Parts: sequence; C-alpha cells; structure tokens
Amino acid sequence: MSASSCSLCTFAKSSIGRKIIVALTGLALVLFLAGHLSGNLLIFAGEEAFNDYAHFLHTFLHGAGVWIARIGLLFCFVTHIVFTVLLTKENKSTRAKYAKDTTVQASKSSRLMIWSGLTILAFVVFHLLHFTVRTDAELAALGEISPWEMVIVAFQNPLVVIFYVIAMTCLCSHLGHGVASIFQTLGLRTKKTAGPIQFLSKAYATVIYIGFISIPLAILLFGFGR
Amino acid sequence: MPLLNLTLKVWRQENATSEGRIETYEAKEIPTSASFLEMIDIVNERLIKDGQQEPIHFDHDCREGICGMCSMTINGVPHSKERGITTCQLHMRKFSDGETIWIEPFRANAFPVIKDLVTDRSSFDRIIGAGGYISVRTGSAPDAHAIQIPKPDADAAFDAAACIGCGACVAACKNASAMLFVSAKASHLNHLPQGQAEKDQRVLGMVGQMDEEGFGNCTNQYECEAVCPKEISTDHIAKLNRDYLAASARDSVS
Repeated sequence: MSASSCSLCTFAKSSIGRKIIVALTGLALVLFLAGHLSGNLLIFAGEEAFNDYAHFLHTFLHGAGVWIARIGLLFCFVTHIVFTVLLTKENKSTRAKYAKDTTVQASKSSRLMIWSGLTILAFVVFHLLHFTVRTDAELAALGEISPWEMVIVAFQNPLVVIFYVIAMTCLCSHLGHGVASIFQTLGLRTKKTAGPIQFLSKAYATVIYIGFISIPLAILLFGFGR
Repeated sequence: MPLLNLTLKVWRQENATSEGRIETYEAKEIPTSASFLEMIDIVNERLIKDGQQEPIHFDHDCREGICGMCSMTINGVPHSKERGITTCQLHMRKFSDGETIWIEPFRANAFPVIKDLVTDRSSFDRIIGAGGYISVRTGSAPDAHAIQIPKPDADAAFDAAACIGCGACVAACKNASAMLFVSAKASHLNHLPQGQAEKDQRVLGMVGQMDEEGFGNCTNQYECEAVCPKEISTDHIAKLNRDYLAASARDSVS
C-alpha cells in the first residue's frame, strides 16, 4: 500500500507524470467544449429549443447532474491550471538567457500557452459571474423567465462581445497547440499520425472558435433575436 | 579563394563562478573553405600572437560530426541554423562578408559553463548511468543473427542510437528540457529484445535522474528536433511518455 502510494507520488512529481496529468485534464476540458458548443448553438434553433435545453441541464438526474458536471469540471480546470503554472515557473528558471535568442520552429501559440491560458481563466470567471451566478440583476431576472432572452440581452453590450471574442481567440490559439500536445504527451503520436493529429488540432480549434464567436457576433452585428 | 571579414560577438567567461560577458572580435580574411572551428582557430592564433587576451576556449574532438563534443550556439541556434550537422561540420561559405556572428555556449542550468564556450555536460552521463544500458555478460560480440529482431524495430532503434549526446536539444529547447536525448537513449534499448528485461527500471531511472539534474519540462515545441545534428525524431519522446506511463502503472501495483 505504502509502496503504491509512493510510486503515485513519484509520478505526480516527475516531469512526464505532471505533463500527463495536464494532458488528461486538458482532454476532459476539450471534450467539454464540444458539448458546451453544441448546446449553445441551439440558440439558433429558437427560444423554445434553447430554453428546453437549459431546463434539461438543470433537471437532469433531479438536478444532481449539473452539479456532478460542475464539480468534475472544476476539478479538471483547477488541476490543469495548478500543474501548468508549476511547470511553466520551473521552465522559466532552467537557464540564463541567450544574448541572441532565436526560435526555429516553435509556433507562436505554443509559446503563448501560459498567457492564452490565463486569459481564458479570467474569461471563465467573468463568464460564470455573467451567465451562471448572474451578478447583473436585470440578467438574473430575465434568466429566470427565459435563458434565451437573457443571452440576447447580454450580448447587446459591445464591450462584453469584444471580451468574448478576445477570449475565444486565446482559446483558439490554446487549442491549436493543446489538442496536438495531448496526443504527444499521452504517447499516441507517431510518424504516421503526426500529420493528421496536427490537422485535427487546428481544425478542432477553428470549429470551436467559429462556433462560439458566431453567437455574440450574430446577436450584436446582425441583430439576431431582435 | 574568397575571403570573409566578419564581426564575432563571443561569450567570454573566466570560470564557472565568474560573470560572463559578450566580447566583440574582428575576424578578418577568413577563407570560405575553413570550417567554423577552424575560423575560431585562426582568430585564436591571432589572439595568442597578439598576447593581449587569452584565446577563446571551446570544446572539440573528432571534427567530423560523430563525437558530440563541439557545442556552440551560433546566432541563437545550437550547431547553427544548418540542418543535420554539428558545429565542426559547418563551413564558412555559409556566411557572407561583413556578417556579425553571435557565438554563445549551450545554455542550460544543467550544463554549467566551465570556461567561455566550454560547458559541463556530465549530467547526461549521470542519466545514462541511471538506466541507459543493458546488463550483459561481457566478452566477444554475439552473432548478429543470434536474436531475431523485426526490421522496423531494428530501424527505429538504430535511428535513436544515432544520438551523439551533444546536448543541442537541451540548448535549443525553450525550457532546457533533455527529453529528446533521454527518449533517444531509452528508445534505442526499449525497441530491442535485449532491452526488455530492464525496460521499466530504465525508463523510471533515466526520467528520475533527468528531473534531478534540473532540466526543464517538454512543451512539445519541437525545437530540439530542428537542431539535432542526427535529426532524431520527437516520435521517440512520444514513446518515452508512453513507456513512462506504463512503467509507472506497473510499478505502482507491483
């Protein structure tokens, strides 16, 4: 027993072990995004469809379903951030700087992971206060009657829309490197699969990006729902 | 023969504890047929004749790209931006007249500078000592066909075994991670039947030692692969990740 818990400690302290933890929690968050986006896109199916979906989420498993998901997501989110911050801090202190620093092939998005990630963290906090906790009294009142109407009203504010688009741009960049990295870190990348994995990563990031920004942009710029 | 006039910005450092600095040297009339190390030899000869300053110290040995001793970061890229070569295989014809060249040591905390461009890469030796070998009875070499090895495995092992342990992967990595080196050395033996008996022990031991030496963590940017003089693929890193996960799982239940 003590031997097994000890090898788990060693794993969670090792560089590869910590990276695998980041990859697995990242994978869970990546899959969540697909579910979240498909649900959100119901907004284009009309008020009834969207409100029914919101009602379903809150009553699934007698209301326990949403809390199970929230706790699971919170665990993955916090673990992902704690481990990446630890790894990044360590990585920043591994050498004295080069006087002439050159990058050969590391992508921009791979070099900005911590910054895109922290922007997404700030966005998630805002997003939860905005639509889940509903700190705005007007939105809170609307949300009780019609979540669909609440979203339409919330995205009338250009500043909110701009912040959403910036955050989604960071998310797109984060996924562009992150999705491919999951495969590499879990040891699933080979010479044959490297190309398709790279494509999948970029394609997934693009679909998530276009999908999520389409909602606020349709509402603000094209007057959807008005 | 065409001659080049160059400006060199070279890292000079008295010893491991002193502070280093970039010094500027004019390297006049360098033949394009000279190798990069020969160019420094010429500059050093002039420094010695001049008597004002100590010559520039740098590591070198075979000067034919197989020993892994030469270690310079040239214009920010270990072994220069030319692909698949070591510094000693780089020729001055790759540079143009009037160019400024930045020459620095392989930088990583795990590779402390000994003097000027000379670094202590014994951390690699300690990683090998932690599992990068197979335990066999020594004596005459066995017949090559005594143990059958599938061709793809033999090829993969051979590609990994091409690693000369120069440390360019560490020097190029944004995080000074040694993953390409460790994965190549582990992959070489893990692909072969002779390496199976000690596989888990090897993977756990080498990764443990790598972490202990203060190398960074891989962030899958593949700078290492781009500068590796033996063009070793980051596929070996994926294999090491896979083998480490499996070895840890087996270790936790045994």
